[in-house]
Amino acid sequence: MMTTKILIPTALRQYAKNQDSVQIEGKNVGELLDNLTEKFPDLRKHLFSEDGRLRNFVNLYVNDDDVRYLRGTETNIKAGDVISIVPSVAGGSDSNGEFSKAEIERYSRHLIMPEVALEGQRKLKEAKVLLVGMGGLGSPVALYLAAAGVGRIGIVDFDVVDFTNLQRQVIYSTNDVGRPKLQAAKERIQGINPYVEVDTYETRLTSENALQIFENYDIIIDGTDNFPTRYLVNDACVLLGKPNVYGSIFRFEGQVSVFYAKEGPCYRCLYPEPPPPGLVPSCAEGGVLGILPGTVGLMQATEAVKLIIGKGEPLIGRLLLYDALAMKYRELKLRKDPKCPICGENPTIHALIDYEQFCGIGTPADRVVLPEENEITVRQLHERLSNNRGVFILDVRQPHEYEICRIPGSKLIPLNELPTRIHELDRSQEIVVHCKMGGRSAKAVKFLREAGFEKVKNLKGGILAWSDEVDPSVPKY
Amino acid sequence: MALKIDRQHLELIKAYGEESYPDECCGFLLGRNVNGDKVVVATLPALNARESAEKYHRFLITPQAYLECQKYAKQKNLDIIGFYHSHPNAEARPSAYDVEHGWPWYSYIIVSIKNSKASDVTSWTLEDDRSKFKQEKIIVVNE
Repeated sequence: MMTTKILIPTALRQYAKNQDSVQIEGKNVGELLDNLTEKFPDLRKHLFSEDGRLRNFVNLYVNDDDVRYLRGTETNIKAGDVISIVPSVAGGSDSNGEFSKAEIERYSRHLIMPEVALEGQRKLKEAKVLLVGMGGLGSPVALYLAAAGVGRIGIVDFDVVDFTNLQRQVIYSTNDVGRPKLQAAKERIQGINPYVEVDTYETRLTSENALQIFENYDIIIDGTDNFPTRYLVNDACVLLGKPNVYGSIFRFEGQVSVFYAKEGPCYRCLYPEPPPPGLVPSCAEGGVLGILPGTVGLMQATEAVKLIIGKGEPLIGRLLLYDALAMKYRELKLRKDPKCPICGENPTIHALIDYEQFCGIGTPADRVVLPEENEITVRQLHERLSNNRGVFILDVRQPHEYEICRIPGSKLIPLNELPTRIHELDRSQEIVVHCKMGGRSAKAVKFLREAGFEKVKNLKGGILAWSDEVDPSVPKY
Repeated sequence: MALKIDRQHLELIKAYGEESYPDECCGFLLGRNVNGDKVVVATLPALNARESAEKYHRFLITPQAYLECQKYAKQKNLDIIGFYHSHPNAEARPSAYDVEHGWPWYSYIIVSIKNSKASDVTSWTLEDDRSKFKQEKIIVVNE
């Protein structure tokens, strides 16, 4: 009977009496293997799986040919043929996209959807999303992205939770009032989903730190409430080539879009210039329906998830306008502006700029700065009132604010009505003007002084300061 | 039994892992068996032959690559004494998949890569009964 030489790889020699080759009888590859493993039984489990099939990482070569491309184990052997057992080497990790049993259960409603499935869930787990601002918009976005299984969430904010936040910033509970927002938010996110890693940046986002923070993330979600930061977020995203999921809210109306300069317009293509300071009131000034940031934030979260899993039509090049009172959505087509100073054909902005200055914040046009002698502190006013010195208190807020709280004995003339009702005031009397925080009343003082009122002063810090320092029973809003 | 490797080669394996991140890297350990210890003399990166969608958690070195490496090793008077691969975003421990596909005798170096930076490096050999890998001591020489 003919014998054939079989070369044994280093790894298996210990099971073949340490020989690097053996001579075995047989007509074809199958017979050779049978006889080989009969002679050296320890080889069997390394060559064959439990069901008796050749393991898929064990390769048999007849001379230079893989038997898989010949006739497999049926391949006949001629005199002088040499058989080699050649390893292919395979392996890999269990995790990274491979989910634990607990995670499979947690995400099962995603896994059974063909649009997400294991592949999409793995993308979510590998995704890194940054939320700029942990207020009304950031709250629902963080809650839902955490629940959806986004692997890493970065949050930027520097505020402390206060009572006025609770009407809409649903990530915080009443017990969190007074705590740093990031600390409370991180606990809540990890309570929802312990598989999420949370990075906290307890700082104001600035031109100095934005690029460094953004660099670590795939998607940036803009949940800011002011123009300087909005332009900063936009510019940093354009410079780094990252998508900016934008949302904004005011009273009953919201806007959502995805600004991704690589594939469409950026925020500057839509709004090349910021509005004049003071023209567009913030939520703190104008108010907002508490539910609105929930609706808008969840549209932002939806867009982020779509970008991550690469499904659907992203809101790139489209601005969605939402009106909660009418319960209507409208969509505007946005075009990339070839003249856009940052994402256009000949960009003039190549680095982050001073956004406060760009938006005219802190300039005289923005707010009235009064000389010190035209101002009075709440303590000084309190002292005067206690000494029963005749002071006329003029409140220039809106009637609905007056309804919330007031300083006893004050008279209400909203700022916008002041020019037509100026005759109601007595020039000879000492007048102290106040509003919520001191901004509008400063304008009123300036106006009255120009109209010849010489004994008029502005109450520094407004009724909020009054509540803080004089009468804590006055509610803050 | 231990695996002896110098700092330079260990750093090289970490660098391969970081370079391939988030995919797995893989390659050969060439060296000699000296008094029962394996001594790494050279490392040789291999192409990860898995389809790209799977590379984040799988590697494959083809038999052709193995044969070529074996030829190269013979010229240098060395043996293939093991393999290295990376575990992106996972621990430096053999997975069930590693056990299922493991070969006896060889040393399997695993480097864990977390957030694109190499962290732990471990080495393992398959138990005779194929039930699991047991950890092997890495001795860093020429420090």
